[in-house]
Amino acid sequence: MLSDVTVMVNGRPVTVPSGTTVAIAVVIAGQACRTSVNREPRGPLCGMGICFECRAAVNGQPHCRSCQMLCEPGMEVRTDE
Amino acid sequence: MMSRELRQRFDVLVVGGGPAGMAAAVCAAESGVRVGIVDDNANLGGQIWRGEFQDGRTKDAARWTEGLQAARVTALCGMRIFDQPEQGVLLAEGLNDLFELRYESLVLATGARERFLPFPGWTLPNVMGAGGLQAMVKCGLPVRGKRVVVTGTGPLLLAVAAYLRKHGAEIPMICEQASWSSLARFGASLFGHRNKLTQGLQLRREVAGIPFFAKSWALSAHGRQSLESITVSRRGKTENVPCDYLACGFHLVPNIELPLLLGCRIKAGCVEVDDLQRTNVSKVFCAGEPTGIGGVELSLVEGQIAGLAAAGCPAEAKQLFGQRERARRFADLLERTFRLRPELSRLPVPETIVCRCEDIPYSHLRPHTSWRAAKLHTRCGMGPCQGRVCGPATQFFFGWDADSVRPPIFPARVENLATLAGQTELQHSETPGGLA
Repeated sequence: MLSDVTVMVNGRPVTVPSGTTVAIAVVIAGQACRTSVNREPRGPLCGMGICFECRAAVNGQPHCRSCQMLCEPGMEVRTDE
Repeated sequence: MMSRELRQRFDVLVVGGGPAGMAAAVCAAESGVRVGIVDDNANLGGQIWRGEFQDGRTKDAARWTEGLQAARVTALCGMRIFDQPEQGVLLAEGLNDLFELRYESLVLATGARERFLPFPGWTLPNVMGAGGLQAMVKCGLPVRGKRVVVTGTGPLLLAVAAYLRKHGAEIPMICEQASWSSLARFGASLFGHRNKLTQGLQLRREVAGIPFFAKSWALSAHGRQSLESITVSRRGKTENVPCDYLACGFHLVPNIELPLLLGCRIKAGCVEVDDLQRTNVSKVFCAGEPTGIGGVELSLVEGQIAGLAAAGCPAEAKQLFGQRERARRFADLLERTFRLRPELSRLPVPETIVCRCEDIPYSHLRPHTSWRAAKLHTRCGMGPCQGRVCGPATQFFFGWDADSVRPPIFPARVENLATLAGQTELQHSETPGGLA
């Protein structure tokens, strides 16, 4: 059986099965991934690393495509910067 | 963080780890040469076999995955290629690494992405690609009890609806833009493609009970912070449908950015290849969706041909030509049946965002006469996706062709651009899509 992983999304813990992508943890947390140029909330669109709508800061590294990254224990994800 | 620099050399390097790339890598490696396969995703399998490890693998996925292990192919996952500093060398960026990949022969199996057609409200969170939503569910997005409307065109809609329902979603309706008459013709033609008929009937059983509407599509999406409902056009009437997700699938578009960067000739949006899957560029082969959208069976056979040819075994490759021909005929049938109707190009209103990276509305694009002019004047396509989403949309709306690329073809970290720069200083980071 797969184990669970807990990541922090904007400072709040989200627990997901291992193998879950960071984008999904953000969606489960009820957060938008990014805010657009016109200040609109945006979430994942393509789900496969093409559209860059799911980009977020992961462990301090900005602009990560969260749909292409797997959750790792203790990961810090920020979508509010 | 500074990237670690790593160098690898292969006789055959395959770019793209979907069915075409896996087949190419296995066939090349089985003939005894040193083969590497590089993919942007965390795992091989491409989009179609994504998550096969959790869901129970299909026979084909299992066969080719085992083939890769048996043939000792080096798999490099989570790496995106962003430049070719010189012929025979590609640069790829991983999370913390910069890879220099050298090759004798190259097989491009870069796959396809979904075509998105902008309409009012399509930028709301939870409006997604049909394949995109499926990919997210494969990666763990829970949809149990969620209402998901599936809209767009082609057999993918049924496959996605069946998959989502199996995972607990409620599907209020499938909106297919093609008309009943073309669907009926398609159904009749399936009798000429035995295994497709079986697959089609299986799919029909899996979506039994889900309302299916032909000549129907989503006109607009509504919600405050995320999607709450959509307005659907159905037989010329409109209807409001509450939903949690909208899955949109308006065909696939070949990923031709890397082939373009390498100088491959493009015809009607696809990479031109000969019988042996050779492009016009010496020692560069191409297989799967970039040569023309054709699905998994065509991708597998093209991949095998390309892998064999790249490894110097053209005689074996030729034995697969008949199989490829049959798969191509089915692809042509799909193309004819599910051609997008012109009404769909009238979906956007003036305020509808077309370029999501830069928030460029339809009204700012309409006055321009070419992709290049629109880019220069509005910044359309100049964001991180580099036109991968809005390019195919403007191609459909206005007939614009995006036929050139500049490195980096994917946004790369500045320190990695600097590493390759050496001779060119940091000017690459000024090009579109460079992320600091």
